[in-house]
Amino acid sequence: MSDTNSLIIEDLHAEIGNTKILKGIDLEIKSGELHAVMGPNGSGKSTLCNIIMGHPKYRITKGSIKFNDTEISELKTNERANLGLFLGFQHPVEIPGVPLGNFLRIAKNANAKAMDKDAAQIGPAEFLQVMKEKTELLKMSPKFIGRSVNEGLSGGEKKRTEIVQMAALEPKIALLDEIDSGLDIDALRIVAEGIRKIHETSNTGILLITHYQRILNHISPDFVHVISDGRIIKSGDKNLALELEEKGYESYVNS
Amino acid sequence: MAVPKETKKEIEENLGNYKFGFKTESKSVYKSPKGLSEDVIREISKRKNEPEWMLRFRLRAYEIYLKKPMPNWGADLSQLDFDNIHFYIQPQDKAKTKWEEVPKEIKETFEKLGIPEAERKFLAGSGAQFESEVIYHSLHEELKKKGVIFESTDVALQKYPEYFKEYFGKIIPASDNKFAALNSAVWSGGSFIYIPKGVQIDLPLQAYFRINAENMGQFERTLIIADEGSSVHYVEGCTAPTYSSDSLHSAVVEIIVKKNARVQYTTIQNWSQNIYNLVTKRAYAYQNAEMFWLDCNIGSKVTMKYPAVYLMEEGAKGEIQSLAFSGANQHQDAGAKIIHAAPNTSSTIISKSISKSGGRGSYRGLVKVNKGAKNIKSRVVCDALLLDKESRSDTYPTMDINEDNVSVAHEATVSKIGEKQLFYLMSRGLSEEEAASMIVNGFAKPIIKELPMEYALELKRLLELEMEGSVG
Repeated sequence: MSDTNSLIIEDLHAEIGNTKILKGIDLEIKSGELHAVMGPNGSGKSTLCNIIMGHPKYRITKGSIKFNDTEISELKTNERANLGLFLGFQHPVEIPGVPLGNFLRIAKNANAKAMDKDAAQIGPAEFLQVMKEKTELLKMSPKFIGRSVNEGLSGGEKKRTEIVQMAALEPKIALLDEIDSGLDIDALRIVAEGIRKIHETSNTGILLITHYQRILNHISPDFVHVISDGRIIKSGDKNLALELEEKGYESYVNS
Repeated sequence: MAVPKETKKEIEENLGNYKFGFKTESKSVYKSPKGLSEDVIREISKRKNEPEWMLRFRLRAYEIYLKKPMPNWGADLSQLDFDNIHFYIQPQDKAKTKWEEVPKEIKETFEKLGIPEAERKFLAGSGAQFESEVIYHSLHEELKKKGVIFESTDVALQKYPEYFKEYFGKIIPASDNKFAALNSAVWSGGSFIYIPKGVQIDLPLQAYFRINAENMGQFERTLIIADEGSSVHYVEGCTAPTYSSDSLHSAVVEIIVKKNARVQYTTIQNWSQNIYNLVTKRAYAYQNAEMFWLDCNIGSKVTMKYPAVYLMEEGAKGEIQSLAFSGANQHQDAGAKIIHAAPNTSSTIISKSISKSGGRGSYRGLVKVNKGAKNIKSRVVCDALLLDKESRSDTYPTMDINEDNVSVAHEATVSKIGEKQLFYLMSRGLSEEEAASMIVNGFAKPIIKELPMEYALELKRLLELEMEGSVG
């Protein structure tokens, strides 16, 4: 995978109801890059992910989201996924009666077909092998492949499952929304290691949204952005994250 | 009555996904005039060459039917016009045991529905009813040798009158309700099954019911007797062409499950959306016997059906699982009844309903524990899934407990297909329609997995058809 993909967000404004949440975001993510977006609660971090993925609840009032030079802000959520975008959820949703493996295989085939209608479809046996590898990567039992999506899973298992899904779908750009929230130290390490390995081997561009610096002890970001009140107020390299941890958000927000 | 253009159009649009609505040009041997009278009943009995006692049974039932008021506690039956219905249509002279002998156009109908193929592949026996009569019946030779009887109810009445005198109308008397009375008066066709002591039938027996004519009433009557230690799985399916005027299907099913026997009765109801489906089903389960109703309702305009199990002796077990899908202009008023009439009996009711496009699903259930029925266990679970704001779900559970030492649990949930679930699945690449279909199939899965594989696939496919074009 030598081709370079890019997600370019320009002057993005968005609201929910009549509340403005994003007030002019500029951000560019390319293949192979790892961006961390940090910010206090209510700063618009999760909204940014949801808007990029096309959640119907939000309305874009200004600006653009381009994927490889194509404007995607009018596309349906699944069409964005078809192009190679992925969202790892802060709160993964339970889907009773739908086995993870089946669901992901159908999704993967739908994505392949959307890009090329003659694309080869991956069969159940072949995909099971893929899933076994991916669950192993996240130190999960293969029994999760046959279990209903997220149903009855612990918070940590859900988060790991999100990364299994990312690994199996091989997106071009992945958005991970507070993937570290609610994880204990061990689970955090496993999830972070998983992300790091995928990042190293797949060339996927990653936007990692986080409230805390601690996950960045395991994954080293190329870029760190601080978001506050719907704007990116500072960007830098990984040292910015450490600085933030030391000084707190307050000093940036008020400066 | 002429159907307004708008209604016709609406029906066509709503039935776009119903693949069984084709009509067959078929000349009947006899068709009773529209409406019901004593003459119609006498004619049915005469044509069937029935014993005198059955005619008397029918006429008594007719009197009861006339006296009973229409049930007004459930679905809306006010549009049901008895005077516009043919109560008896005889499509051919008598039931055949070879498909080749069945009249061509009828045979083709069942071929389109995949019936002879299913029989060859995975059935121990098969029956097919067209209009009022069973037109075909077969049973594996090996089972015949073991003494298993699987016949149309009409044929069985002639051949085995002793079973009829003992059991017919005993589990569900004509006086039970208006539609049981109606069925008792005009019944025709249906299956009679007797499984001798200790005989276990591994493959299912299947009956398929087809209403073909317009303004038709189908009133099959089924009687199943599972003798001590035997087991059987009976499956019924049904479809009809789509007409703009209504037809009526009103069956009575009586089952006797003797000591240590087990009966599973599976229904995949897929009537077209101009059929009133008003059915009475009841089983008596004796010592350590097990009765399992698996009731799937996808089609019909209105269904009222509450399969019942009477747990008559110690150790008996009753289970009723149902799945109802209600689309536009459909009301599935389905449920279950369990009567604990003996100590140490147990029961489970699982009801799942899916409503979309303004459809309405109701669960109506009764768990009754008689005085003296100590140490019983019962569990009731009702889950409803609503696909949009226009659709509706109601739950009417009744508990009538007359004993102290009982464990009765009731859980009910109503969930809406959420924006969250759709967004989640779509974020992985599925279209909204695929996502909704997946959520519905997942919801129905606990019921679907109780079906033999062939039927599970069929039901899954039916649900997917129902979901086609439903969103976006």
